[in-house]
Amino acid sequence: MGDEIKEIVMSHMRKNIIANLLDRGERLDGRKFGEYREIEIQKGVIKTAEGSALAKIGDTQVLVAIKFEVATPFPDRPTEGVLVTNSELLPLASPTFETGPPDENSIELARTVDRAIRSSEAINLNSFYIEEGKVLGLFMDIYVLNHAGNYTDAATLAASAALLDTRLPKIENGAIVRGEYVGPLNPKVIPISTTLVKIGNHWIVDPSLAEEQVYDTRITIATTETHVCAMQKGKGCLTKDELLSNIDIAFKKGSDIREILLSSVSS
Amino acid sequence: MAGLKDVKLIVDGKRLDGRTPTELRPIKMQVGVINEADGSAFIEWGNNKIICGVFGPRECIPKHEANPYRALVKCRYMMSPFASLEEHGKSGPSRRSIELSKVIRETFQNIILAEEFPNTEIDIYIDVLQADGGTRTASITVAALALANAGIPMKDMVTAIAVGKGGDELIVDLGKLEDNFGQSDMPLAFSARDKKILLVQMDGLLTREEIEKLLDMAEKGAEKVYAMQVDALKEYYLKDEETKFKL
Repeated sequence: MGDEIKEIVMSHMRKNIIANLLDRGERLDGRKFGEYREIEIQKGVIKTAEGSALAKIGDTQVLVAIKFEVATPFPDRPTEGVLVTNSELLPLASPTFETGPPDENSIELARTVDRAIRSSEAINLNSFYIEEGKVLGLFMDIYVLNHAGNYTDAATLAASAALLDTRLPKIENGAIVRGEYVGPLNPKVIPISTTLVKIGNHWIVDPSLAEEQVYDTRITIATTETHVCAMQKGKGCLTKDELLSNIDIAFKKGSDIREILLSSVSS
Repeated sequence: MAGLKDVKLIVDGKRLDGRTPTELRPIKMQVGVINEADGSAFIEWGNNKIICGVFGPRECIPKHEANPYRALVKCRYMMSPFASLEEHGKSGPSRRSIELSKVIRETFQNIILAEEFPNTEIDIYIDVLQADGGTRTASITVAALALANAGIPMKDMVTAIAVGKGGDELIVDLGKLEDNFGQSDMPLAFSARDKKILLVQMDGLLTREEIEKLLDMAEKGAEKVYAMQVDALKEYYLKDEETKFKL
């Protein structure tokens, strides 16, 4: 009990420090309100997968790997391929992550990234048809390797990078021929997510771990070049005007990050 | 979500069920439907049938989770295995229902005056008996009534509604087919008086301008639902004492 009260008092103090700094226009780590930490992307890091990438935003590291399987289509979409997204908040990534089946945060992460990728139409699921009752299933696994804040944006970034790295497997007699490929997946669009949090009176992008521990409101907005393709609000509430101005920020940040992604995967 | 081209969602300006783009489905609400719960409500929204029971503030279990400064708000949203026209669903929580439980809880955490009940928990149980698209927004709307019925102090009433795009039109209160085959879906929850957005999710593709229009349409739709919530509460509390205690 003593420890819990200490933690509650400490978190109040941490929040005051961070909020007071923001009132003076500063963030704890010296960034501007609209500034991301350094972004780094490596693709093709897992050779056993058909596509993979590691995305780093500051110290946060997320790995996404993509595997294909022959799958049964959904009855209402018999000619469409299947996209399955799963995520693991690995216990080694943070003292707050636990072993066991995915908790609600892990499920929310997987479903948010899934929505961004699916809605953006980056993957043409219609091209995954094999034969009656058989389609390709794209299995995307999100592994959070180091949680230093904002794993959602790192996961979306790693997912988009992994799709750019993905090769379509060769199919013979309704089965995948492992190790042989027919060509790249060539995603048509690249969805990027931007997470913003409000602390006190201020909205900031890409919250660090310290900022994530004290935020009042969180929202993730995923964009393509022209459209919003997914939104997910976490704790807290916001006004309509705040939502719209955050969408503007998400488009701007999305286009900056998309550029970083494209230049780092082409090099 | 990619719209299936063979499902025409809008014909001559009317939707599949004959509604105009901004028209809501028929909605019925009833407060105080479960004797044993501290608060309860039932909603029929289109063909959705959803029942909600609220318990608490009561002792927090397990005890070590108790917060000495505020009540914990817990929420369990469940879809019954018989709730959809298709196959018999799996019992127990799915990944979808775990996510929805989380976002519904986070909606009400903005509103419930939890600091008045330290060391306790408030449980919101939502069961979808029959599903017809828009279950999360109907669930939030009915849970707000059940919380009010349980006498839980809240800063404001909560009203939820989904808006989106189907057949290239912006529409309010998406039905099941519009949800499945429409171009996008944006469920929202608002506080009734100060119009704060307490829940927002979105999938599909929308431009910024479309989102701006949809937010206005959602606010107007939510106002209609709010009026029905007020009526449902009045109906329960203004009923003469005799009938009320027969329940």
